[in-house]
Amino acid sequence: MCSLLLLLMICFFVSPAAAAEGKTVRLALQWYPQTQFAGYYMAKKKGFYAANGLNVEILHGDADSNSLDRVISGEAEFGTAFLSTAMQRWSQGAPLVNIAQIVQRSALMLVVRKASGIKTINDLDGARIGTWGDTFQLQPEALFLREKLHVTFVRQSPSFELFMRGGLDATLAMWYNEYHRLIAYGLNPDEMTTFFFSDLNLNQPEDGIYCLDSTLKNAPESAAALVKASVQGWEYAFAHPDETVDSILDIMKKQKVQANRAQQTWMLARMRDIILVGKQSRLTPVLNPVDFDSTQRELLRSGVITTDIPYNDFYKELLR
Amino acid sequence: MRLHGIAFRLASLTLVGATLILTAILGYNYTVSRSMIVSLAEERGTLLADYTAENISGVFNAIQKVMNTISFSLEDAGLTTKQVNDLGWMVLNDNPEIFGSAIAFEPYAFQSDSKYYAPYHYRSNNDILFERLGGKDYQYFYMDWYQLPRELERSVWTEPYYDKVGDSELMTTYAVPFYRMRDGHKVLKGVVTADISLSWVQKLIAGLSDRESGYVFMLSRYGTFIAHPDANLVMNETIFTRAEKLKHPQLREVGRRMVAGESDVVELKDMPVIGDSFLYFSPLLDQQWSIGVVFPKKEIMADVSRLNREVATLGILGFVVLVLLITCLASRITRPLRKLTVSAHDMASGNLEAELPVTTSKDEVGELTSAFQTMQDSIKNYITNLTETTAAKERIESELRIAHDIQMSILPKLFPAFPERKEFDIYASIEPAKEVGGDLYDFFFVDETHFCFLVGDVSGKGVPAAFFMAVTKTLLKVVAERTLDPGEVLIRVNNDLAEDNDACMFVTLFLAVMEISTGKVRYASAGHNPPLLMTKRKGVEWIPPLNELVAGVMEDTHYTTKSMTLSPGDTLFIYTDGVTEAMDSTQELYSEERLEDVMNQCQGKSAEQIIRTIDGALKDFTGGAEQSDDITMLAMQYLGTNSES
Repeated sequence: MCSLLLLLMICFFVSPAAAAEGKTVRLALQWYPQTQFAGYYMAKKKGFYAANGLNVEILHGDADSNSLDRVISGEAEFGTAFLSTAMQRWSQGAPLVNIAQIVQRSALMLVVRKASGIKTINDLDGARIGTWGDTFQLQPEALFLREKLHVTFVRQSPSFELFMRGGLDATLAMWYNEYHRLIAYGLNPDEMTTFFFSDLNLNQPEDGIYCLDSTLKNAPESAAALVKASVQGWEYAFAHPDETVDSILDIMKKQKVQANRAQQTWMLARMRDIILVGKQSRLTPVLNPVDFDSTQRELLRSGVITTDIPYNDFYKELLR
Repeated sequence: MRLHGIAFRLASLTLVGATLILTAILGYNYTVSRSMIVSLAEERGTLLADYTAENISGVFNAIQKVMNTISFSLEDAGLTTKQVNDLGWMVLNDNPEIFGSAIAFEPYAFQSDSKYYAPYHYRSNNDILFERLGGKDYQYFYMDWYQLPRELERSVWTEPYYDKVGDSELMTTYAVPFYRMRDGHKVLKGVVTADISLSWVQKLIAGLSDRESGYVFMLSRYGTFIAHPDANLVMNETIFTRAEKLKHPQLREVGRRMVAGESDVVELKDMPVIGDSFLYFSPLLDQQWSIGVVFPKKEIMADVSRLNREVATLGILGFVVLVLLITCLASRITRPLRKLTVSAHDMASGNLEAELPVTTSKDEVGELTSAFQTMQDSIKNYITNLTETTAAKERIESELRIAHDIQMSILPKLFPAFPERKEFDIYASIEPAKEVGGDLYDFFFVDETHFCFLVGDVSGKGVPAAFFMAVTKTLLKVVAERTLDPGEVLIRVNNDLAEDNDACMFVTLFLAVMEISTGKVRYASAGHNPPLLMTKRKGVEWIPPLNELVAGVMEDTHYTTKSMTLSPGDTLFIYTDGVTEAMDSTQELYSEERLEDVMNQCQGKSAEQIIRTIDGALKDFTGGAEQSDDITMLAMQYLGTNSES
């Protein structure tokens, strides 16, 4: 009896980790584990969250769940989402607030085969363009509206087979993911022509971290700690790409997600390109007001949102 | 073995030659066996890849035929729901390879009130179950199996996928669009599919991999691994991501050729684990899939390597045996030579009794030994003869030396010869040549007032000349004491010498008798060199020769007596041809001219000083060269009766 008591006491005193973990919060990601979210996974693995007094539980996404829904429903305190998606939800009345803008540059691109003879955007008039879901159609719609081009969007399965088999003239792709899949299917980069929306004056910042207004009001220090540690996680991931890819591949295998090293290595490198834009060497998780305004303009024009969103209501800078 | 010895050279040359030949044979053997094995492996690999591809294609083609037939049946517009369902059931019932089959229609195409109509039959625990596909959660219009044949307007084999219904088996779907005619146009009505498990393909390929030293793999049309011994690669990686991960651009290139439907054999460098490998690939044309057979090069080459190792080992063994044999042989050949060398060295250092090796062989070494034996004997004989000859020669030489000493001793050697006589000064010298020569000089008082002096030169050399000289000197002395006429003296001496002179020897002579009180000199010459007269008044001048015959050749030869008068201080210099014919190292003669020049420098000198001056000048000229003739000089200086005047 005495010894059991002693053991309990020892456990109590000897587990500072449990003590330091502090507050448990949940972070919902948009998709399955992959290096698109390397910073969060590494922040947890390397103990940056714990060091900032948080015990972060990462909820990975899938086809059936939406990270912002999880935040709104209270299933998670924090969630990552594309700027345009979050603005759409905000305008629909969701009390969301952006506490960090991680990805500054849009990874969305159009890919055509060189052999198709399409050399400029204008050559796409009358083309069949592959998409996958509505989220990624805002920028292309804006583009073709601006350029007065008539195109047909064809929803295709994520396998991209329709494009590969010549059923499409062009396809939308994320630079860090689907573009590499085309390379992984045996298409050489020199056999493809690419158009980045960020180069076509249609940059829309992508992944940012969101929470409910109330969450920020009740525990601003937790939100700040989450952002600080996430930024540390990203910086660690960029500084240690091999270790990061290993860690993410482990997580993917545990989740039984199809995983291959080449793709995850590519994805991490591209995330670096779209997170650390310009000549930046450190991550500044700030929502650029210019990008915010232009995104808002496009969303208003396409009717995705109907009212102006004040920058200061939408975005709360927590670091500094 | 010595480094420059014949044995070493023979052995090393032979071995170098043998090594070159051996290496060439090994190289040839390796090249030929390698190309044989490689072409065999190529044949086997190609056959295996082709055979596997055909095998799988066969099954797929059968399914294609079935499904194409079904699609034709579906073009019948009058089909009822039951007929459609039965058709689906029948497909599964009749074709055990087909796991599931859907007949999916375009929106509202089968039932005008239903957007989705897609009866699906599938197997589960030996039963054929049925369900309807489609709905908000399963919008099959966007599934590859539906969308691809719809958009491409042809039947397709989809990329392999993991079946979510069953036990997560790897599946592929063959999907065929079917149409109906409306207003003369073909209008798409739907798509009929057959789902096929790829487990049997994976098992077939795994079985092949087990049997082969390499392995077999299969790629989908986009390079995804459908079957590979490394389960981690299957469906996770394409050959292109693999190439990217391995940083192997060649693999990517080969992958592109494989999915393009080519077949070939390529050598892949530095593949993980197995290293350099051969890849044989062959396509499944309808699916645009590809079968690859990989053989590790080192395994293919293992037999070649083993064969070559064995050949090399045998070669090295043979080489060692050859080394031993050659060493043995070479030392056997050279052993008598070495012994002979030792004996020859012994002989060379003077031991003529050195024992030569006994050889019985009739080869070159035997001949050499016998030649050495002959040489040794000859040298021994020669040395014996030489020793005897040398001893005899030495005895003769010693006797000659004694004879020479005796000869010299009969010439007056004491100077000043007449210290009490102030009227004249006489000095003479003889420098004998190496051989005993025949020069002579002499001087003596004939009576109180007459002084006789002479110089002679016997022809020839050696003992006969010495004897002849001794005889001449004795005769001269005897005869000169009887008469004061030098011509008369020479006539008599000549007659005596010529008598019984069988050897035909002769002597040149200059003989003079001086009246001391007056300085009057009477002289005669028997073929002798003309003497020099040095007077204060006229300097040096030659006494004209009388051109009379040498003495001892012919009896009754007449010699004229001449006379002259010396004034006090005049000097008469008589010499033999040893002076004028003295030679320097270049064989140049001293000559009368040089003698006259030196004599000219001798004014006022005493007789001894004159002789020494000339002697010095002669020695300077010859430079110490050994002379073949005696050098004899005599100087007679008349001082007058009253030397004080």
